[in-house]
Amino acid sequence: MNSLDSIVAEALAAFADISDPNELENAKARYLGKSGQITEQMKSLGKLPPEERKQTGAVINQAKDAIETALTARREDIRRAALEARLAEEALDVTLPGRGETQGGLHPVTRTLDRIESLFASIGFSVADGPEIETDFYNFTALNTPEDHPARSMHDTFYLQDADGNVADGVLLRTHTSPIQARYMQAHVARHAKQSDQADMPEIRIIAPGRVYRVDSDATHSPMFHQVEGLWIGQNVSFADLKGVIADFLKSFFETDELTVRFRPSFFPFTEPSAEIDVAFMSGSLKGRWLEIAGCGMVHPNVLLHAGIDPEKYTGFAFGFGPDRLTMLRYGVNDLRLFYEGDQRFLHQFI
Amino acid sequence: MKFSQSWLRSFVDTGLPTEELSHLLTMAGLEVEELDPVAPVFDGVIVARVLSVTKHPDADRLNVCQVDIGTGSPQQIVCGAPNVAEGLNVPCALPGAKLPGDFNIKIAKVRGIESSGMLCSSKELGITEESSGLLVLPIDAPVGQSIRQYLDLDDQLFTIKLTPNRADCLSLTGIAREVAALTGKPLSLLDITDTPATHHAQRNIELQAADACPRYCGRIITEVNAAAVTPDWMKQRLERSGIRSISALVDITNYVLLELGQPLHAFDNDLLKGSLQVRLANAEERIKLLNEQTVTLSNDVLVIADDAGAQAIAGIMGGAGTSVTDNTHNVFIESAFFAPKAIAGRARRLGFSSDSSHRFERGVDFANTRHALERATQLIVDICGGQVGPISEALTVLPDRKPVLLRGARVRKVLGIDLTATTIAELFTRLALPFVQDSDNFTVTPPSYRFDIEIEEDLIEEVARLYGYDNIPSLAPKGTLAMLPQTESRRIRKTLRQLLANRGYQETINFAFVEESWEQDFADNATPIRLANPIASQLSVMRSSLIAGLVSNLQTNLKRKQTRIRLFEMGRTFTRDAQANYLQPWKLAFLAAGSAQPEGWNTDGRRADFFDIKADLCALFSPQIMTFSKAKHPSLHPGRTADVSLNGRVIGVIGELHPEWVQKYDLTHPPILVEIELESAEQTTLASFQEVSRFPSVTRDLAVVVDQHLTLGEILSSMQEASPSLVKDIQLFDIYVGKGIPEGKKSLAFRVVMQDTEKTLQDSDVEPVVQQLLTFLSENFAAQQRA
Repeated sequence: MNSLDSIVAEALAAFADISDPNELENAKARYLGKSGQITEQMKSLGKLPPEERKQTGAVINQAKDAIETALTARREDIRRAALEARLAEEALDVTLPGRGETQGGLHPVTRTLDRIESLFASIGFSVADGPEIETDFYNFTALNTPEDHPARSMHDTFYLQDADGNVADGVLLRTHTSPIQARYMQAHVARHAKQSDQADMPEIRIIAPGRVYRVDSDATHSPMFHQVEGLWIGQNVSFADLKGVIADFLKSFFETDELTVRFRPSFFPFTEPSAEIDVAFMSGSLKGRWLEIAGCGMVHPNVLLHAGIDPEKYTGFAFGFGPDRLTMLRYGVNDLRLFYEGDQRFLHQFI
Repeated sequence: MKFSQSWLRSFVDTGLPTEELSHLLTMAGLEVEELDPVAPVFDGVIVARVLSVTKHPDADRLNVCQVDIGTGSPQQIVCGAPNVAEGLNVPCALPGAKLPGDFNIKIAKVRGIESSGMLCSSKELGITEESSGLLVLPIDAPVGQSIRQYLDLDDQLFTIKLTPNRADCLSLTGIAREVAALTGKPLSLLDITDTPATHHAQRNIELQAADACPRYCGRIITEVNAAAVTPDWMKQRLERSGIRSISALVDITNYVLLELGQPLHAFDNDLLKGSLQVRLANAEERIKLLNEQTVTLSNDVLVIADDAGAQAIAGIMGGAGTSVTDNTHNVFIESAFFAPKAIAGRARRLGFSSDSSHRFERGVDFANTRHALERATQLIVDICGGQVGPISEALTVLPDRKPVLLRGARVRKVLGIDLTATTIAELFTRLALPFVQDSDNFTVTPPSYRFDIEIEEDLIEEVARLYGYDNIPSLAPKGTLAMLPQTESRRIRKTLRQLLANRGYQETINFAFVEESWEQDFADNATPIRLANPIASQLSVMRSSLIAGLVSNLQTNLKRKQTRIRLFEMGRTFTRDAQANYLQPWKLAFLAAGSAQPEGWNTDGRRADFFDIKADLCALFSPQIMTFSKAKHPSLHPGRTADVSLNGRVIGVIGELHPEWVQKYDLTHPPILVEIELESAEQTTLASFQEVSRFPSVTRDLAVVVDQHLTLGEILSSMQEASPSLVKDIQLFDIYVGKGIPEGKKSLAFRVVMQDTEKTLQDSDVEPVVQQLLTFLSENFAAQQRA
């Protein structure tokens, strides 16, 4: 039986020396192939007397098993080594940057407008829009600012030329988003006019963001800028509600309770009582300074009358925020002009 | 409105510290815009008298002075000021004094001579920006008194931003009245006595525009000394209100304007001819004004005229021809009430504003007209002397102050607070608003100086203001709940913006007014909507397209060394049709320039081309399918431009910037641009379920040779139309021109995907379809199957 042991030892040694899978299969053939040494041994079993066959066969099988086990193990080793080599070869510098399009972004003022829209949507305000070339009527008259009213000088209005080069009659670039409230109220009344009685008129809750224009240009004024108009008309809307909504909005917008809001009496032709809204932060670089950020007030009865709403029955408030200012405060932008230069290095900071 | 605190204190002494008074005014709607001390902080400076001046032995420009500082023992002070002289009263900083700019005064030797202090100029005290020598004080200035006290340098200057409704606060009296109401402190108004006439000369007044001028008063004062010097106290108050002293007569009219809010005008009486007429200007009437401007008046401008013509624009500005000068002997002083409607807007039209027009267009107290004239008379007689004539007064119908009803219930409804009738009554009393109370209701008669109380809301505002906006609570509002509509077949702008941002575009916002040449170049628009009053020529016309703005942004970024630019803008554009209607559609435009992919370690650096951006556009509209057809556009390369259509309607354009503009606008390479109607991008289709086949699809490729000028769009769309329903998709997968293809031809290779929902397709099903397509191509496009 020594020869079997030596065959096994020889095979094991041979396998261990091989690292090429084809060579290994050749080596396998030498032992287990059709004329391999173990196969020959098996073939010779038939020549043995039957009583020896069983025992000898078992011994040969043991040797065969040993060789096959070694073979399988060696195959696995070789496969594994090959895999390791491939994996090592395929390794990437994972710190290299990714490929393909990068993310663009929204204009910072748009981000502010989006935030304002969604905060107000959460208490049932929908969004309204209106023309930027506006009529004198909606920009002023419908807002209780008749011709030659001193308040008209508060707005430095851009006017247009008509086709003949004269100042076009009755049109201008809107100086505020307030004309949208006048337009919306009129349309709202018309929509619900068929319902026999005004008692059925649903509340108006809108905000109207947009671009507005004034003849003014320096470090803190741009001839085009943004406003967001808000309007809530109902049967029981008061100044105390206005204060509540604004305070809630400012705290939500800036995501802090660390601010104080104050309402200061002011004058707008289309609201009364009117107020300017100042905010002061309790921390940060602007700590303690009052910053004027909005105008507001109870909608003037003449404005309601212009729209066909009974001011005895309905009251409401309107407000106008400057989103450019809010954006500067929120993101720490220090120069208004950056908003309108289109410099990608600036814009890319707001992704 | 600018005024000094100490002047205000002469009317109402609140005892409040400056900051608190300022806060009080701001919170009452009289916003304190600026609060400045008259002088910076310094101390140790007193009034001193120069007793003697001798030359410094070792310095030409220095003098050694003996100075009386009020202690009885004169001090020796070396002084370099050119105007130092014996007998002058000047400010003197004593040793230990701290002057502005951290300048400490000590006893020191100046070129060997001991000096115990410093004689000061107004600049050294920080009172003025410049000075030319020592500040010379009046001869009666009390020697030894603190200069701060003597010149009232602890005074504070208030600048109030008044809203147009508060004309009543355009005077010291008005502000004092307001402060008294806010604090409850007593108001001590001026005691003005009428000056008895000492002659009878009078000028006849004709009110020819009674509505515009319901009251006109005037009087002649003869033998005035127009060259009299304005007293220091008046000069100081004027200067601290931001008004420069000019001459005694002018200063007096300005002083009364500030004090009482009544604009006055002084004519040189000897230069007036005949009666004074208050009338509307004649057409094309011209007048040279005090500011040297000559203006042509329209016939809705009120003038004060004599027999020779207009001598002043009523309530706005006097004329140069009859104004007072130092040589004036006899003056005619005008004090009138001009109706706000007759004044409003006129000065602005003429291109200026005056203290007078500012007040008249907002409303001047018409009960104060005579009173102010008497006050001016008193001051003129005191300062310039003169003989006073009787007042001529022309009077028609003054404004009617209609009683206004205030209902307590309405106050509570509008403000949302529980104010009692007692509180309201108390507030009205403090405001000195005359009222009659009927339990919860009040009938208020507005005083003549209030032009802002006409309706109930005006009174509600007064109540709220005085009660304090701070004292009104912030309530969580209550409303009926209803869901806001959300249409799935429309996409909101926010979604569109985000889609573009996700494809690497950055939003930008450009001005809606642009340079006129941009409209010409990028929109071929020779008749843009022009602004009547642009702020600059490069912002003079309204844009009809967003393209120019994006190209300009590209230019800006290239200058700043940014090479890969992807920008978009959403905004209105503006045109005017033949009927002069203004059309203002929203558009969406985007621009891409530079490499197709962000530059990196293994990108090929290929420039973004038409087809890269076309993919972005298609993705934006997905799932809607757009069609593209060759087009021309003033901005774009004629061979690389397509109209974009949706449902058969052109909704925009895509293309490469025209090489001419690439050169003109200094761009290194042409960007690709898209501009579409925003409205069409907002529409989308509601998803609708289609059966997904469980049977495998079959793919067949077919290659055909066609004329090179045929567009894929034409071929593909007709193939799709001609295909039986079995065909699910046809894609072009190769275009080949070159060897093996005849000149002027190209080879197109299509992959046709076929599928049935009922069965697995057999060759016998597929082959006829392929043949059908080939026949179709051959018949319609002279296509030959490629071997």
